[in-house]
Amino acid sequence: MIKSLNDMNPEESGRVCEIKGGQGLINRLNSLGIRTGKKITKVSSMLLHGPVTIQIDRTKVAIGFGMAGKIFVEVDKQP
Amino acid sequence: MIKILLMGNPNVGKSVIFSRLTGVRVVSSNYPGTTVSYTSGFMKIDNRLVEIIDVPGTYTLEPTCEAERIASEMLKTGDIVINIVDATNLERNLYLTLQLMEMKIPMIVALNMWDDTKHRGISINLEKLREILGIPVIPTSGLTGQGIKDLVTDISKAVSPPSPVRSRDERWSSVGSITDQVQQISHRHHRWFERLEDASVKPKTGIVIAAAVLACSFMVIRFIGEFLINYLFDPIFNFLWLPALMKLSTFMGKSGLLHDVIVGKLFDGEIHFIESFGLLSSGLYVPFAMVLPYIISFYFILGLLEDTGYLPRLAVLLDTAMHKVGLHGFAIIPSLLGFGCNVPAVMATRVLESKRERFIAATLISIAVPCASAQAMIFGLVGKYGGQYVAIVYATLLLVWIILGILLNRMLKGFSPELLIEIPPYRIPPWGTVMQKLWGRTRGFLIEAVPIILAAVLVINILFVFGIFDYIAAFTAPVIKGVLGLPEESVTAIIIGLLRKDAALGMLALSAMTAKQMVIGSVVLTMFFPCIATVIVLFRELGLKDFLKSAGIMLLSSMTAGGILNVIL
Ligand SMILES: Nc1nc2c(ncn2[C@@H]2O[C@H](COP(=O)(O)OP(=O)(O)OP(=O)(O)O)[C@@H](O)[C@H]2O)c(=O)[nH]1
Ligand SMILES: [Mg+2]
Repeated sequence: MIKSLNDMNPEESGRVCEIKGGQGLINRLNSLGIRTGKKITKVSSMLLHGPVTIQIDRTKVAIGFGMAGKIFVEVDKQP
Repeated sequence: MIKILLMGNPNVGKSVIFSRLTGVRVVSSNYPGTTVSYTSGFMKIDNRLVEIIDVPGTYTLEPTCEAERIASEMLKTGDIVINIVDATNLERNLYLTLQLMEMKIPMIVALNMWDDTKHRGISINLEKLREILGIPVIPTSGLTGQGIKDLVTDISKAVSPPSPVRSRDERWSSVGSITDQVQQISHRHHRWFERLEDASVKPKTGIVIAAAVLACSFMVIRFIGEFLINYLFDPIFNFLWLPALMKLSTFMGKSGLLHDVIVGKLFDGEIHFIESFGLLSSGLYVPFAMVLPYIISFYFILGLLEDTGYLPRLAVLLDTAMHKVGLHGFAIIPSLLGFGCNVPAVMATRVLESKRERFIAATLISIAVPCASAQAMIFGLVGKYGGQYVAIVYATLLLVWIILGILLNRMLKGFSPELLIEIPPYRIPPWGTVMQKLWGRTRGFLIEAVPIILAAVLVINILFVFGIFDYIAAFTAPVIKGVLGLPEESVTAIIIGLLRKDAALGMLALSAMTAKQMVIGSVVLTMFFPCIATVIVLFRELGLKDFLKSAGIMLLSSMTAGGILNVIL
């Protein structure tokens, strides 16, 4: 099932399948290791449209709500 | 002279390695974006002096903020690059490595955090990595110093093997194939503090942890500060310094111009450390016994927070709230730095992405974040009337920060960019680094603040003799008296406050004021212009036009806040 990072539940994981944004956004996300094909696990999201924290390889990255909504993940593992 | 650049992703240990190589202590902390400008140091390699430069961290050579722009600029000036790579994050780090190699500059790779790879279940085939990259790769640990010697010997082996210029996607796929070949990751169990790591970015537990951390920090800062004052600095001044100064006073005839400048005015034949206003009384007591203790306690706790890696988590937690004032969560880090000193705080706004955000953050810091000196003033002056008055001052500043932030966010064109940060793992702060950092910052205060305070005391004394302040007081009386309800003579304090907040402390103490007037005086003094050092940095960072805008906002908001307090208190 494909979900945006915002719609994923904590501890769900999957592979990034699409980043819906301009080159600028893709560049920035890529530089932090977030790119299509990467396996990620959602750690948490803050209340009131707060940032989403994900685990990617051995790093954690926090992504603002708006940006997180543009990242789509093919979820393959429910907690 | 040969210039060697230390380049790499943020938070990989560049500054720690820089300190180890050159002996020059620079601030290192466990969050990305600690270094925002470059520092150079020197070391000898084969008896030749070379220059080493600590560069701000960057993920790519396409900059996204001022700090990263500086990093890309620096690259053009270097002869050799030591690319510091976080061995626990090989894939992400190698992207920059490939990009650097395309720049055709001789380089070597330091595979840092090597000590950390084992218990994270990471093993890297060094031989293979060297072979693929074609440059020397040295495993190092900034923490233990392992490998630093080898790094130094291998600098002369830096090479620039032929490397095709690739597109972004090509680079990523090369990175992928390299990591597949050299790295093996084995599964391992979560350590207990990795669970804690997640707890601090989950909504419920996160808020509880943040409240506990901030409350504890505040209490411990007060406790250590007061302990140092009551059991160390006050006794030294009262029992050792005072008798000596009294002797000097008697020797100098207890009055006269020279006496008053050096020892200060006597009150009923006694020296009063805050109000006497002599070079050797207030000039030393204020910086050493009132500000220094809080500098020490504040930076000790800040250092612990920085090195554990808690601060970026606080940024995540506060992100939504910070957007209301036109900032994103990461801006909380520069703001917290401001409680020690506004100068590094304004510099630290360089990690924010947009000009608008930097303007808002820097302006809010200068106006509503009281530095250690301003806080010493608040506690010293207002505290004697009771804790509730201190609370009023802090509450006013917080309110100003919020309201002004909301207004700026509404009025300025543009929007606030979104948070995107790497959250580093928690680390146990090494005692040595914490202490060295504390000493570096304390020393910075002593070197920069004490001479200015002494000079201010001297100049004020001289200006007093010539009655200069009376003119100014008469001139500004309508505002000072009419709007703020302060006595005329407090204008001196406000003017001195332009220089340094702590130098103004004695001046305010001198004028007979009620509790209400002290509250208004401290609020206005804190908000209306930061000290001269901050003004200079603000000007440099914002440029003339934005600086003038910021200065206008300071004047307007301090007068408004002071005026409102005058009406409602
Ligand atoms: N375990 C371990 N920790 C390290 C090592 N090197 C550095 N650290 C820690 O990693 C954190 C980051 O170090 P810094 O030197 O500030 O990193 P930097 O690359 O200068 O970071 P920026 O200036 O933000 O780009 C600090 O908390 C260091 O104590 C290492 O080899 N092993
Ligand atoms: Mg650094």
